[in-house]
Amino acid sequence: MSAAGRWMNRLLFLFRRSRFEAELREEMEFHREQIEEELRSDGTAGPEAHRRAAVQFGNPTRLRERSHDVVAFRWETVVQDVRYAVRQMTHSPGFAITAILMLALGIGASVTIFAFVDAALLQPLPYAQPDRLMDVTESLALFPRGNLSYQDYLDWKRLNTVFTSLEVYTGSGYLLQTPEGTEAVPGVRVSAGFFRTLGVTPVEGRDFRPGEDAVSEPPVGLLSYATWQKRFGGRRDVIGRTLKLSGVPTTIVGVLPPDFQFAPRGTAEFFTTAQPTNGCEKRRSCHNLYGIGRLKDGVTVATALAEMKGIAQQLERQYPDSNRGQSASVMPLARAITGDVRPILFVLLGGAALLLLIACVNVSNLLLVRAEKRRQEMAVRGALGASRVRLARQYVTEGLVLVLVGTAAGIAVATVMMRVLHAMISKQMLAGMPYLQGMGLTSHVWGFTVTVALLAAGLFSIAPILRLPMAALRQSLSDGGRSGGSTFWRRLGANLVIVEVAIAVVLLSGAGLLSKSLWKMLHIDLGFESDHIATLSVDLPERGFEKDTQRAQFAQALLDRIQSLPGVQSVGLTTTLPVSCNCNTDWVRFVGKPYNGIHNEVNNREVSAAFFQTLRAKLVRGRLFTQSDDATHPKVVLVNESLAKKYFPGEDPIGKKIGDTELTPNSLREIVGVVSDIKDSALDAEEWPAEYEAFAQDPSSYFSVLVRTSPKPESMLPALSAAVRALNPEVGVEDQTTLEQRIHDSPSAWLHRSAAWLMGGFAGIALLLSMIGLYGTISYSVSQRKREIGVRMALGAQRATIHNMILREAGRLSCFGIVAGVGCSIAAANLMGSLLFGVRAWDIATLAAVVVLLAAASLLACYLPSRRAATVNPVEALRAE
Amino acid sequence: MSRKADLMPGTLDMMILKTLTRGPLHGYAIAQSIRQMSDEVLTVEEGSLYPALQRLLLEAWVKAEWKRTPSNRRVRVYTLTTTGRKQLGVELSRFEQMVVAIGRVMRDVEVEG
Repeated sequence: MSAAGRWMNRLLFLFRRSRFEAELREEMEFHREQIEEELRSDGTAGPEAHRRAAVQFGNPTRLRERSHDVVAFRWETVVQDVRYAVRQMTHSPGFAITAILMLALGIGASVTIFAFVDAALLQPLPYAQPDRLMDVTESLALFPRGNLSYQDYLDWKRLNTVFTSLEVYTGSGYLLQTPEGTEAVPGVRVSAGFFRTLGVTPVEGRDFRPGEDAVSEPPVGLLSYATWQKRFGGRRDVIGRTLKLSGVPTTIVGVLPPDFQFAPRGTAEFFTTAQPTNGCEKRRSCHNLYGIGRLKDGVTVATALAEMKGIAQQLERQYPDSNRGQSASVMPLARAITGDVRPILFVLLGGAALLLLIACVNVSNLLLVRAEKRRQEMAVRGALGASRVRLARQYVTEGLVLVLVGTAAGIAVATVMMRVLHAMISKQMLAGMPYLQGMGLTSHVWGFTVTVALLAAGLFSIAPILRLPMAALRQSLSDGGRSGGSTFWRRLGANLVIVEVAIAVVLLSGAGLLSKSLWKMLHIDLGFESDHIATLSVDLPERGFEKDTQRAQFAQALLDRIQSLPGVQSVGLTTTLPVSCNCNTDWVRFVGKPYNGIHNEVNNREVSAAFFQTLRAKLVRGRLFTQSDDATHPKVVLVNESLAKKYFPGEDPIGKKIGDTELTPNSLREIVGVVSDIKDSALDAEEWPAEYEAFAQDPSSYFSVLVRTSPKPESMLPALSAAVRALNPEVGVEDQTTLEQRIHDSPSAWLHRSAAWLMGGFAGIALLLSMIGLYGTISYSVSQRKREIGVRMALGAQRATIHNMILREAGRLSCFGIVAGVGCSIAAANLMGSLLFGVRAWDIATLAAVVVLLAAASLLACYLPSRRAATVNPVEALRAE
Repeated sequence: MSRKADLMPGTLDMMILKTLTRGPLHGYAIAQSIRQMSDEVLTVEEGSLYPALQRLLLEAWVKAEWKRTPSNRRVRVYTLTTTGRKQLGVELSRFEQMVVAIGRVMRDVEVEG
């Protein structure tokens, strides 16, 4: 018969099930009666005939079950098993709740972290064929991923044969006149084919036309969808309108799709064509762009990299002045975008996986103990005719039910955790990670959850089934479960506890190392006092500020105005705030020093006279700037100690001159002082040589003001913004915050802090779970050894001896666990490499603290069961036999 | 209690089909028939007929209907279907091959013994 026919019959059976049961029963009963009658007519006595008929017929229950199995769908009996499993769980709610809670925590944590991994690493780019998109930049020894120069870009675009298209972008900001005043809005300048390369089409209007990024073309721009809605009410007539962006009339030609995101500048509102209008883009030595290329079919990343390096070498020979040491970097765009969160996510995923493992081991251990206790029940069911497969299936069903409930709870935990963690990410960080918008229970996450659940279910079914040898059934029946588990199974449970303790050690030491890294990072010597400093950034429009003197005058007027505000102690300004990055660098050459053409790359900041006093940075030699270091006086410069050490070892740099690579006369500036290193770079980066020029001698149109205040710096922020606007309403003000807040929110601090906190959370739960596991195992062992303890005591053992005996057993387990764990943690810490700061993988203090903590916790976990063992009443223990 | 001869797997189905070639029978009659025809050698656990009968019903090799005995008791009577008869042929030839094969093996052993 066809499979479909059989399936139909089975389906029919479902509806006639009770009739089937009744008919089978009737038929079998008739059969048995006939045998009995036959035997009786042969002269067998009544009761004996009855007994022999039963033997000849066989076990009716089992036969009915087997008949049932033939016709029924498998899940018919599965429903029975499930019902029984649920009953089992409600019978021992303590076990069920513990197991489900542990699973919920383990699954919840790993699903949450996986959701982040999925959003950030598996599907970070909402573009067409994102794996073909490459981040293409120049590369230097100091900057593996440095900016691309416009002139070099033109040559790269012309010469390469590996990309179907190669485009560039650079972050930008615009001053926009709004009814509320001047607003600084973020934007991106892109080359004309940028969106075509990404595979993004505007929802309204049109994309940039090829060649529209030439200087001769009128400036055009695209709006982000959010900006279109927020600033223009989603009106279609905005297409074709001309806006003034920083005073430049720009025609809006289109609107980007609502789901479009661009992580390198997540908050961008305007996308304009990158017309090479500014001075930087005319110079080959000035680098301000990033490239994006789409690989041709069949071209690998390695091939593309090799070709771009070849082109870079060619340009190096052609333009030795500007291109010496300039190589190329090509890497998948996704990697460039998520590079900084990758290591933390991998470490956290590892942590979550370990937590899940510990939870599963714990639950398996509980199940083993329970299987031990249920041996008698299983033996009885076996004797009543349950086949071995049926008994095993019972355990599988129970495992599945447990995992199902645990997974459901875990998903609930994960949903909450995702929200909480997402809410904890600062707005600024979130803007750089727009891919997190897609985070949630995606198909990937569901797939992961189901896989984890199935693995757990497999583990939970196998553990007790191993404990189901049919040969031992009769023995189990006869000993009535009194003497309990064999040593092998007790040892398996104990070995699992060792694994748990080891995992707890790994997680705890991981959390310890990350916390110590964070502490060290937040307590590095910044070289200045970061408290009580308010900051804001000022963006001058082009109109009215074309000349250096106009900018310098405005800056001086602003400083004077702020200085006169009540509560202000001192005020300074800089072009780049401390604790930002090793960026805005300058290539310098020193008069009187040999120069071999290799770049001397130093951080370059223009600062006002009172900048160092405001930060309370230390002057080491010479003098600071004064009001007279302005455009009418010779150019002067301050250097930090790193620069002095690197370029003037054993010399006094005061009076020496710094210039550009050509030593152009008007670039020369005299070193008048040496200041101690101020943390210019990110917290976890190495400090670079830095030069500080006098702002008044080279005033830029964008700078940040630092104000040391007597009251809380937050309270001064509105007054400071008002001061700027009062001076000139067309000037943009942004990023009002305090220096401490800024450092606290800086990406490196944020990444290390979240890693430390999450890992700390995992470690805390792991500690708790492993101690529950240890407690459970020792308790079980004590309950199994009650008789032995009774005998020992009857023979004169002291309570203290029994106490010690149990503690020794527990101590042995935790010792093994701790030793194994310490070994594993050192290995694991090496994998965390990039997340550690100022701490070695084998940090003795951390490891020692973890060992002490775990030893103390284990002692606590074992104290109760060992006390119970010591208070066993020998008479009762022996009578219980 | 006499020792039960273990049946070769699958042979029970075949024997039921064979028994039913003589006409429709109920379960007890099938068991009796097998016992008698084998000279009481094959005394299977009689209840195991019923799971086997369910299987045959599912494959539609037999069909069943309820009838009344002369003593007015309800019994389920099984009848061989056409496909069942074909199936019997298949199983018989397979069984004969096996018997021949086993016979050859056993004769070899006897000679050596």
